[in-house]
Amino acid sequence: MLRADDLSFAYGRTEVLHGVSFRVPTGGLTGILGPNGSGKTTLLKLLAGLLSPSKGSVWIGEDEVDVSQRSRRALALQMALVPQETQLAFDYSVLEITLMGRYPHLGPLELESPGDLHVARAALAATGTAGLEQRPFSTLSGGEKQRVIIASALAQLAPSRNAKNVVASVPSVLLLDEPTASLDLSYQLEVAATLRALNIDRATAMVVSTHDLNFAASVCRDLVILRGGQVLEAGPTEEVLTAKNIRAAYDVEVDVKPHAVARHLTVVPIARVPSGIA
Amino acid sequence: MLRALRLTRPIGDRTYQDLRWRFVVLPAVFGATAIAVCLIAPLIGPTPISLRAVIDPTIPFANNVDAQIFFIARLPRTMAGALVGGALAAAGVVLQALLRNPLATPFTLGISAGASLGAMLIIILGAPAWLAGFPLVPVASFAGALGAVASVYALARFRRQGLSTNVLLLAGVTLNSIFSAIIMFVQYFADYTESFRAIRYLMGNLDVSSYTPILSALPLLGLAFGTFAWLPRSLNLLTLGPESAGARGVDVIKTQRLAFFSASLATGAAVALGGPIGFVGIIVPHIVRLLVGADHRIVLPASACLGAAFLVSCDVAARTILSPMELPVGVITAMLGGPFFLWLLARKR
Repeated sequence: MLRADDLSFAYGRTEVLHGVSFRVPTGGLTGILGPNGSGKTTLLKLLAGLLSPSKGSVWIGEDEVDVSQRSRRALALQMALVPQETQLAFDYSVLEITLMGRYPHLGPLELESPGDLHVARAALAATGTAGLEQRPFSTLSGGEKQRVIIASALAQLAPSRNAKNVVASVPSVLLLDEPTASLDLSYQLEVAATLRALNIDRATAMVVSTHDLNFAASVCRDLVILRGGQVLEAGPTEEVLTAKNIRAAYDVEVDVKPHAVARHLTVVPIARVPSGIA
Repeated sequence: MLRALRLTRPIGDRTYQDLRWRFVVLPAVFGATAIAVCLIAPLIGPTPISLRAVIDPTIPFANNVDAQIFFIARLPRTMAGALVGGALAAAGVVLQALLRNPLATPFTLGISAGASLGAMLIIILGAPAWLAGFPLVPVASFAGALGAVASVYALARFRRQGLSTNVLLLAGVTLNSIFSAIIMFVQYFADYTESFRAIRYLMGNLDVSSYTPILSALPLLGLAFGTFAWLPRSLNLLTLGPESAGARGVDVIKTQRLAFFSASLATGAAVALGGPIGFVGIIVPHIVRLLVGADHRIVLPASACLGAAFLVSCDVAARTILSPMELPVGVITAMLGGPFFLWLLARKR
């Protein structure tokens, strides 16, 4: 489980987040929505402990430990981040990238054990990329890359190096920054299916930032809507994803309807409206 | 063609044993190459000598001409070549990972220009070559390297988010040209002899002529390599970007600092010993990556070994091609390295 408590953050004098609080239970899947510049990525970095809040704190685990009190290595055993885009300076193979997830489990001079290799392969299997193991990462499509990075994050969170099944793990937190940005329709569905499968199988709290309202509606159990660095609305997806809230966040008139076949809410944008009139 | 030289099958075909095997066999192969080259190099020269005579225990050293030539005349130079080549290649690997830029070299950050300026001032001001038992030129060039490193670091340091690699690169490149300008300025006013000595220094020269400079560089290089040993796994992750690395448990700021200062130390010591010898720090790491892949746990030790073998071989070429005339070794590495670098650039397109 993960709890943000009254988080504020400023780059220099520009405050980008102000008093953000919400809680993601174990097994929860929370979406962070909001227009460009609303502070989504900054919020994820704060949750991951990569930035320190100017006020407030982030608590992780059933024992509620303050993220800022943890060493990077200790934190990485409990929490993984999938950034929006991963660009490699050098070309590693898919298996090498996945094995890099085992970093916090190994000493600086230690080599991966057979258990680590097993964990990495199981993580690739869990994201449907087992067949890509020997490919250079740079030759993958966008969707494949994204899934391999997710696999690397799963390998990072898998506890034991002798675990038979990476999917049954200790409570952990997985943060994903716009996992579907720049992916085509089919890959978006692929990533959505991967997240849903992981969420069903794992005792993991997931936080996903996204611009894609339909993607959010299809995978997220709860939503946090940000605007101008503050929480506009937070709660279960069915209650929060309303035409009124979306208009308040994005200044866009939308139609929100349950879809009979997809079995989730769908959002159709209609027109922009001048801001301030809600 | 280089792909055909790949020493290994693609990683996925390997069982766990194969994975382990890589970490033992590959560095061993590169290490053996370096040792072989360093043993053969001193045998080559205007007076042919044989290794058998050199190590023959029945002839006392005072009467063993072959051993005298080997140990007194040629081995120091070979050792200097091995240390400088190994240090520059390893520093190249570390800086390429730190800057996430495969085209970075140990000299990208202005270190060599700083070192050259230091050495230059001593040469041109006509200071004595030795002071209190220390050779002044290497000391001054090391001091110049440290000065450059300190200014680049101060410019690129961010309070909480580690080093900005963009600022590091820009500051390094700018510092390089400022130092080069000062070097030209100083040279313009120097007389003919001083200018000639300075140019000779800038071309790089491994003719150390005794073990003393090697022994004084050893502690610095030892410290640098000792630090390198702890870095490779963190460097692997750093190449994914500081945030990805941080989220996977890497202490990014600490790793960046260690990488920056150990690479600077190795470069400074290498330049103090052999002058600013270009291109070793970029060709060698790239050849190694083409052969063994990108994992720094193999690339770093393998580059150090191949760098040693490469520079010692270049120095043999420099000594023998126009024998009895000697070419500066920096000319050989640049003539090999320049075209290779261009090929690399063209290949990236």
